[in-house]
Amino acid sequence: MHMADAMISPAVGATMYVASGLVAAYSIRKIRKEEDFKKKIPTMGVMGAFVFATQMVNFTIPGTGSSGHLCGGLLLSSILGPFAGFLSMIGVLLIQCLFFADGGLLALGANVWNMAFYGCFIGSLIWKLTMKKGMTKRRIILASLVGCVLTLQLGAFSVTLETLASGITELPFGTFVATMQPIHLVIGLIEGVITAAVLCFVYEARPEMLWNGIQKTEKQAKFSYKKTIAILVCLLVIIGGGMSLLASSNPDGLEWSIEQITGDTEVEERNDTAHETAESIQSATSFLPDYTFKDSESTIGTSVSGIVGCVITVVFLMVVGYIIKIKRNKGNTVNEQN
Amino acid sequence: MNKIDNAIKTVHHMDNHANHNGYLNKIHPLVKLLITIIYIILLTSIDKYNLVTTLAMSIYLILISIIGDLSIKNALKSLKVVLLLLFILGIANPILDRTIITYIGIVPVTTGMISMFTLLLKGIFAILASYFLILTTSIEEICYALKMIHMPNILITVVMLIYRYIIVFLKEVQRIWVAYQMRAPNQRGVHYKAWGSLIGSLMLRSIDRAQVVYESMELRGFDPDTFFIKKEKAGKKSWIYFWLMLILLIILRFVPIFEIIGGVFI
Repeated sequence: MHMADAMISPAVGATMYVASGLVAAYSIRKIRKEEDFKKKIPTMGVMGAFVFATQMVNFTIPGTGSSGHLCGGLLLSSILGPFAGFLSMIGVLLIQCLFFADGGLLALGANVWNMAFYGCFIGSLIWKLTMKKGMTKRRIILASLVGCVLTLQLGAFSVTLETLASGITELPFGTFVATMQPIHLVIGLIEGVITAAVLCFVYEARPEMLWNGIQKTEKQAKFSYKKTIAILVCLLVIIGGGMSLLASSNPDGLEWSIEQITGDTEVEERNDTAHETAESIQSATSFLPDYTFKDSESTIGTSVSGIVGCVITVVFLMVVGYIIKIKRNKGNTVNEQN
Repeated sequence: MNKIDNAIKTVHHMDNHANHNGYLNKIHPLVKLLITIIYIILLTSIDKYNLVTTLAMSIYLILISIIGDLSIKNALKSLKVVLLLLFILGIANPILDRTIITYIGIVPVTTGMISMFTLLLKGIFAILASYFLILTTSIEEICYALKMIHMPNILITVVMLIYRYIIVFLKEVQRIWVAYQMRAPNQRGVHYKAWGSLIGSLMLRSIDRAQVVYESMELRGFDPDTFFIKKEKAGKKSWIYFWLMLILLIILRFVPIFEIIGGVFI
């Protein structure tokens, strides 16, 4: 779900930076108030690295031949709590963006919001509510599944809104949402099951490690796999059905896109209007309107000459670079011989 | 597991490159960070139909690769996933935005095609800019630059710790994976029965390790409020680089320099 820089406009990027920055500042303030906050810092770092590394492990999904991975946000907040988990996720996302081209510097604020904020804060809220009457294995599975599905749905919905607000894609809102939400519903379920498996293991071995786990642990509570599976199936049907309805609740956009593809005459008219409107908005907002491909032949000519100029300059610079490289290598060889 | 091997190689490669003695490595990290951010902002602010200006922004990357002796070819290899993502997102543009602007032979060129191409280029260029930053700047230096723009110490310490422990954990996960594969050959991923125990045991060990790390850090006098190695401020050379690059970026973004050059030849 990592957004690349190209998927976001500077205005949306800055807004998301402000939003994520405010949450980060609040989290730092809250962490500082904790008695053992200094002790928590290494755990935050180590757990961040753990999440990063284990997200590289593929878990086979039975009967499908595909695989999934852990849900970092929920896992971190269920161990460290929402504030420390959120800060750890920022670190993970920053390193992923710099070293592995997952995300981008401008989109970092948006990625923090879409993955860390929902994963840690909404995730921990669900965790807290589920564990209100004490921690059991069944509740851990329930919290992991609902948490992962819901946080991923919210994250995917935010990606849709941010991309559309940035004016990057021509996809109508309805189509975009209908594509994003079901995919992330499946991903959320898979991640939920994997995260639940890990958290259940921790609960069995060291329940005190889990966030809020030490107070009301009911380890001896009866655990029925049949009941849990039945509840989960019901939950999946409800969430799945609900999300599908949500995804298709905007038929205008969907119909519009289908008509665009089939080339109906009625759409031709709408198409023209849409383009006229888009063009007028573009003319009003464009930084350098003369650069754009619009209606004038001369503009196309200018742009073509611009491309030719650009290609010439790029080739020229590459040749210069190549010559410098050859000279550099020669210089190094001479130095080594001396 | 190829994914883990590649991740370990990537981190080592970038770490080694960042510690080279090249010209760009000597530039102050804050200057490099600011220039990269300005570049990405200017790049992403270009209109979606403005292919020429988007192409012009590649000049900065070429210059950087020449000055820093960096390989664009190697950088492009890491872009496969992002390109696929951008392609999926951009493919709707030629389908939905079909106003024909010109013909190349008999093939019509639509505004949707232009906006898709621009989107892909922006994606590639933005990632290359960040990639070149990390190739010439170590994580400690980036954290130092972040510290200079008043990022809280806690966050910087967490970032540095994550980075330091990534290799340790990647290697540990790799060992676990090899051991698992030897016991369960011809299996594509981890079997669902082992999901909890395999990663859960590593997680418990990680938390224990964090306690040891904390104790050793405390023995060395660690304090998140005062912790940070002081470095020199940006020198004259770094500021000259900053202003020159800033002027170049403004020219590339706002002056139709390539139309002028192209006009001479057409």
